[in-house]
Amino acid sequence: MSDRRANPLVGTRSLIRLALRRDRVTVPVWIVILGLIPSSAAGAYDTLYPTMAERADLTGSIGANPSVAVLYGPGFDLSTAGGFTAWRFGGFLALLTGLMAVFTVTRHTRAEEDSGRAELVASTAVGRFASLTAAIAVAAGASVAIGLVETVALLATDQPVTGSVALGLSTAAAGIVFTAIAALACQLAEYSRTANGIGSAVLGAAFLIRAVGDSSTGGRWISWLSPLGWAQQTRPFAGERWWVFVLPVVTALAVGAVAYGVLRHRDLGIGVLPPRPGPARAAARLASPFALAWRLQRGALIGWCVGTVVSGAVFGSIANGVGDLLGDSEQSRDMFERLGGSGNLIDAFLGTIAGTFGMVVSLYGVQAVLRMRSEETTLRVEPLLATRVRRRQWAASHLLFAFGGAALILIAGGAAIGLTHGLRTADVGGGIAEMIGATAAQIPATWLIVAVGVALFGFVPRWSLVAWAVAAFALLIGMFGPVVDAPQAVLDLSPFGHIPKLPGGDVTAAPFAVLAALGAVVLGAGLVAFRRRDIG
Amino acid sequence: MDNAISVAGLHKSFGHVKALDGLSLTVQSGEVLGFLGPNGSGKSTTIRVLLGLLHADAGEVRLLGGDPWRDIAELHRRLAYVPGDVNLWPNLSGGEVIDLLGRLRGGLDERRRAELLDRFDLDPTKKGRQYSKGNRQKVAIVAALASDVDLLILDEPTSGLDPLMEATFQTAIREERDRGRTVLLSSHILAEVEALCDRVCIIRDGRDVETGTLGDLRHLTRTSILAELAEPPTGFADSATIHDVIHGLAVEGTRIRFDVDTSALDDVLTRLTAFGVRSLTSQPPTLEELFLRHYDKSPEDQSPEPEGMR
Repeated sequence: MSDRRANPLVGTRSLIRLALRRDRVTVPVWIVILGLIPSSAAGAYDTLYPTMAERADLTGSIGANPSVAVLYGPGFDLSTAGGFTAWRFGGFLALLTGLMAVFTVTRHTRAEEDSGRAELVASTAVGRFASLTAAIAVAAGASVAIGLVETVALLATDQPVTGSVALGLSTAAAGIVFTAIAALACQLAEYSRTANGIGSAVLGAAFLIRAVGDSSTGGRWISWLSPLGWAQQTRPFAGERWWVFVLPVVTALAVGAVAYGVLRHRDLGIGVLPPRPGPARAAARLASPFALAWRLQRGALIGWCVGTVVSGAVFGSIANGVGDLLGDSEQSRDMFERLGGSGNLIDAFLGTIAGTFGMVVSLYGVQAVLRMRSEETTLRVEPLLATRVRRRQWAASHLLFAFGGAALILIAGGAAIGLTHGLRTADVGGGIAEMIGATAAQIPATWLIVAVGVALFGFVPRWSLVAWAVAAFALLIGMFGPVVDAPQAVLDLSPFGHIPKLPGGDVTAAPFAVLAALGAVVLGAGLVAFRRRDIG
Repeated sequence: MDNAISVAGLHKSFGHVKALDGLSLTVQSGEVLGFLGPNGSGKSTTIRVLLGLLHADAGEVRLLGGDPWRDIAELHRRLAYVPGDVNLWPNLSGGEVIDLLGRLRGGLDERRRAELLDRFDLDPTKKGRQYSKGNRQKVAIVAALASDVDLLILDEPTSGLDPLMEATFQTAIREERDRGRTVLLSSHILAEVEALCDRVCIIRDGRDVETGTLGDLRHLTRTSILAELAEPPTGFADSATIHDVIHGLAVEGTRIRFDVDTSALDDVLTRLTAFGVRSLTSQPPTLEELFLRHYDKSPEDQSPEPEGMR
């Protein structure tokens, strides 16, 4: 009632300043890294494809290949540096900007409510909508800033103005759509982790929907159901279609309006779904640190398993199409080899997927490790460590999920790729075995990234979040490094670069042994440091 | 009697901030020790060292005959801890947390668990943030008191409890003491400490400034005197023995008002009777006054105090 009289937006400006102060490192990092990717790729285009003949061939070969389109979307015009860049990075920039938006909105709304800080803020002279509006302003503002940096940097490398503007806008628009989606997720979810989970799941679904649409000849319309599809359908540098921007704008406004509508009726700190009472007594098995870790980690583990199996099944089912369409085009093979595949095209495609899974699953591992840090900063670990639970037991209970969970997800993902691929090639058993091998081969590299997270947690707990940057760095090197013609010394920094290309490649024990040994040393050192340091 | 906790010369710094600066603390087995100090004086840091969560920079720390950093698992079987700031896992109910913590300590007294839930009027089916601060505190209190342990370490356990629950808490702690359990009760609620504690240790800026029974400490405090005399008290405070032990002297005709060091009360009253006492009001020292005398001053004018107090 009172918000009809009082201005519900009072205090928004102060909260925006507070959010920017808290994000003074994170947001600029997102803006600079994402913003500069396209121009660096555009710069490398001339070196990668020096002759006009090669360039002209690109659109008709890899640009038209549905299996390639799964990852990158349809290639509209790859004969120019701008068009190639927009095709190669447009979808990922939209995806990553969406991810930034989801995390940013949650961090400044539901996470604040979970911590109790929101109550402190809400008790001061701020309006009911101020907190959500400030979070939206920061996330949407950061999305626009990423787009702006993209455009300016592309213009600086002499790319055409219209295309540069369109690519920047397509990224910004995707970020704004996911800002609105995250705003709604934050109203529905019971906790901030759930809100992040909903936002990420919608992002993943948007990617899969687009992947399915772009790879099926009869179902291209399906891509139009995905906000990530819209980003590509604006066709930067390939005959821009400005009217497509109507879709993200209308969607963001509609979803945002629903979010505000829900917020009007929602109690602070509680989601829309009424909280259900829990059991008065704990089940008999809830009697160990491991049992507690399972309660805390199972949601993420199950979610990741489902997401990986579904996307693995999608990728596996289309792998066989690569060969059908292309024969043995030199260009495509060259491209997949740059991405990490080798041998024949189908193997190269599957190898690329397996490698990508390895890098993406290291994000799960990092998340599972950082759960320890959040248990520490919320002081929940102190009563536990004041019982007879030893530090190493407690750490082991979470690390089982970080390391074992990552391995499980990779194996499950490999099995799903192998199953659907095997159904196409009428060799289910062989397909599954081959693909489990390919994804399991990533485990030592994934584990090394996770181990670095443990070391950060042990040695410099305040800097634990840098583990995200380490995982993201490996991901960026793996996905974009070869395309932007990065020096070998940089490519070698990622542990995934040392894994043999599977299926099809030669397997030698050396890289696995080295990565595993390195991981064990880093993990061990991190655990020793954790046992010796102060808690809190 | 042996000591459940003995700490001597404890130092702990966080970067440039000295949290503990030579703290000494003794808790005898079977006693309830009140650990008093304002916010930020180092109470929680001391407790975290005792729990083996923080590593001391220097000093001697013994807990139940062991080293809290090294012998952590054996010692933790025998103690229960209630933090001042209780955070619960959002997806676990209060009942689950009580059972989990109890089992991790080595077992719960089922009868006591049920009885405490009833006495503290706690609904064990709510989850995480659905509990108010006071109710989160109760979850930790029930979990600790229902465990079968020798030592209770309570860090401002009643912050957020209403007066009714505060009384319930005090009854429960007395029962624990009667069973022979040792209690370290950190608090800044003086009434609670006066009601429960055998001895008190007051800390300031990471150092213990006062330790003793409440009787001992009262002896060190000042009593306020207001008297109506038969004649003006001319020359009352002239002698050095009187002048040095009275404070804030105010004379208005035959009315006199001053504070006197309780240890010198006898001498001062004897001298006062020389002027013919018509009426006399005295205010006994409270723990609060003692507390304020230690904290209600800037560090500069605090410095000469230790000599005066000894």
